[in-house]
Amino acid sequence: MTEYFHSVTLDKSRCKGCTTCLKRCPTEAIRIRDNRATILGERCIDCGECIRVCTHKAKVALTDPFESIFDYKYKIALPAPTLYAQFKGVHNSTPIIAALFALGFDDVFEVARGAEVVSYAVAEKMKTTDKPKPVISSACPAIMRLIRVNYPALIDNIIDMQSPMEVAAQLAREEAVKKTGYDPNDIGVFFITPCPAKMTAIKASLTQDKSNVDGAISMLDIYSAMAQKLKDPLPEHIIERASAVGVGWAVHGGEAAAVGVPKSLAVDGIHNVMRALEEIENGKFNDLDFFEGLACTGGCLGGPLVVENNFVAKNRMRKILDNSKPTVDKTEIFESAKERFKSQKEIEPNPVLQFEGTMSERLKKMEIMDQIASELPGIDCGSCGSPSCRTLAEDIVRGYANELNCIFKMRDRVQYLAEQMVILSESTRFHVNVTPTEDKQ
Amino acid sequence: MQSIAVYPVIAGDFSLAGDASGQIKRTLKRLGVDAATLRRISIGTYEAEINLVIHTVGGQIELLMDDTQVSIVVKDNGPGIPDIDKAMTEGWSTASDHARDMGFGAGMGLPNMARNADKFDIESQVGVGTTITMTFNI
Repeated sequence: MTEYFHSVTLDKSRCKGCTTCLKRCPTEAIRIRDNRATILGERCIDCGECIRVCTHKAKVALTDPFESIFDYKYKIALPAPTLYAQFKGVHNSTPIIAALFALGFDDVFEVARGAEVVSYAVAEKMKTTDKPKPVISSACPAIMRLIRVNYPALIDNIIDMQSPMEVAAQLAREEAVKKTGYDPNDIGVFFITPCPAKMTAIKASLTQDKSNVDGAISMLDIYSAMAQKLKDPLPEHIIERASAVGVGWAVHGGEAAAVGVPKSLAVDGIHNVMRALEEIENGKFNDLDFFEGLACTGGCLGGPLVVENNFVAKNRMRKILDNSKPTVDKTEIFESAKERFKSQKEIEPNPVLQFEGTMSERLKKMEIMDQIASELPGIDCGSCGSPSCRTLAEDIVRGYANELNCIFKMRDRVQYLAEQMVILSESTRFHVNVTPTEDKQ
Repeated sequence: MQSIAVYPVIAGDFSLAGDASGQIKRTLKRLGVDAATLRRISIGTYEAEINLVIHTVGGQIELLMDDTQVSIVVKDNGPGIPDIDKAMTEGWSTASDHARDMGFGAGMGLPNMARNADKFDIESQVGVGTTITMTFNI
């Protein structure tokens, strides 16, 4: 595993080198080089925004193939609640769970149950926390990574709790060991994911030394096999079920509602979340206790790896919530969750935007960057391969690009060279014309 | 100290309010000012910028810096503050109804700046203008 594992990757054969993803990347992590997009690993937060906007389907998410579940003796599916809203005509989670069993899983543990435990623990923590307000949810892995890169000042605000997926994975494995007597390593726990950020959260967790999840299967990959199974009546499997409180996390605002802090705010869509985080940094939310930021529009229902349109899914989710039990069955796990499932490590800032060197060297670089930027056209066309003129100036200072990557600078340069050629040819014309004549004589 | 940038701020233009402090914040992130200090600078600078928009005839914010300090110098061309002690009192505000309608003018601007800066200087002359210098140790 490299230092920067990323689920979001590029399919070079499909990339046309257009500037669509370049412009939309929230952390300016994409450059066009040699007519293809490249992703700067240290900046990418795996939000999947580029997957969503790419018109050539060249941005893809690396997830585990379904077959990898058969590497384990006992296979557990952890369906994100978003999965329940993907199938036309399915208005409760029972057939979804049955379909997962039918595909070969030995057990199903709803991530929504993990969400219930986390909601309870977060609510408890909120009563006593000395964290700066607003406390920021740790549920969306893309937002956590965004904060590390762009808003390091807000790392302290992030609640030190594991995600529902991690909690669900631990509880699921524990239950399975009890039930089967297998070695924990023979039990494979697979998250059915709506987004690449979760895959990255498994392979390179920010809160765990090692994730408790063994793999992530994309909803896109499992969809058609599940749809096949859903055509026929399926035997019902009796498992412990989640309530609407946990399932509701799939929709933006669901977490804040489940935690039950009155002064809370939910924002969805990564560019909106950035606008909100800016203002949290500016101290403009001094009467806010809890902030839920989700990278995808509509929350997890809008994930880059879902099949169904997020608005259709949201409408369907309303019915699914109506058909779920309304309240949580609290077990003894809930009381100890605050301690047991807190983050295992501190989130470190990832200051990749920062210039290197001593402060005076950085100041010098800043000065040069401003100078270069002032001489660029400022139209942010992206033809140079950097997302904006300012970023090109920055790339030049960092040594990743040069001024002639700018097509306007290039045009000026070509024009200058052409003029020089004309001058040169005029100044040599006399000799060229004269010499042959002299030769004849 | 090296002057990094000067940002003009236009009186009454709420559409641009926050631009200068936003740019200063981005610059300081590039320069690697630590997160906790950056947060204080952001809050102080944003308050100062909003003050320029609401209370003055316009002015500018200058970002200065060396190895150990960041300075934010906020200058305006009037109207000046008649009683600085009163202006520094929490909750005291002379903001217009219009500004209050927009959620500004809670009388926390100057006290907030003073609280967040490591060193806070204010000089003002009625009819001439006000200069605020916030210094932060980095």
